[in-house]
Amino acid sequence: MSITIAKSLDLKGLSCPLPIIKTAKAMKELAPGELLEAFATDPGAVPDFKAWSQTTGNALVESSESGGVYRFVLKKKEI
Amino acid sequence: MSATSRVYAAGTPVVPPIAQSAEAVTEKKPELADRMVIFAWSGELDKVWPTLILATTAAAMGKDTTVFFTFWGLFPLVKNEVRITGDNWMQKMLSLMNRGGDEHLKLSKMNFVGAGPAMMNHLAKEHGVASPHELMEIAIEMGVHMVPCQMTMDMMGLKRSDLIDGIDEPAGATKALADAQGAITLFI
Repeated sequence: MSITIAKSLDLKGLSCPLPIIKTAKAMKELAPGELLEAFATDPGAVPDFKAWSQTTGNALVESSESGGVYRFVLKKKEI
Repeated sequence: MSATSRVYAAGTPVVPPIAQSAEAVTEKKPELADRMVIFAWSGELDKVWPTLILATTAAAMGKDTTVFFTFWGLFPLVKNEVRITGDNWMQKMLSLMNRGGDEHLKLSKMNFVGAGPAMMNHLAKEHGVASPHELMEIAIEMGVHMVPCQMTMDMMGLKRSDLIDGIDEPAGATKALADAQGAITLFI
């Protein structure tokens, strides 16, 4: 089984609130159930992505870190 | 799918064990306010900046967001290229001493005749922080309602044509308070 990432965002070097704003914009383009991945370097993005997921209902299916780069995978909510 | 589409090879776990399931996330959802109203009273860089950060973030969170610009808060909505505003000498003097525009904001402390804001903007650029001007454009693009206070406009001599495009029609305190019913409200 393979999982398709519909869209990938490079948010490295950006600070609050740009990572969330760009992510919210990109999520609008996705169809329900599709996945978006985002790479960021702002440590503040970790709690922000979690909070954004909780308030908007788009599930945060991954929040990981590797070599100072955070990777988030969000699943667009079903309507 | 777009050109950025990628397919993960079979066996590559895209959902690690620590991840929360969609159900776990939505289950915890608390009671949410779906609107936010900010009363933007201040015209200084260090207060306009957080106002615009919060407004754009609220819009990104799907909230119907309104910023009611009143008193000193109205001046950041003046077009950057507009210099003197007002009809009488007092209003003209005011615009001379308190230049409008989101690229001419002063710091409330450590302004040092503009050296403070210049350094702040330099630091912001270095750290990937959007400037107030950029955030203003993002807010309008995201559909944030930017409402100038009619009374302040009249008193300070600011015309609709002095203010930037893309903002809402001027309104009064009643409209602002009516919008604030049941919303997250901030006074900055």
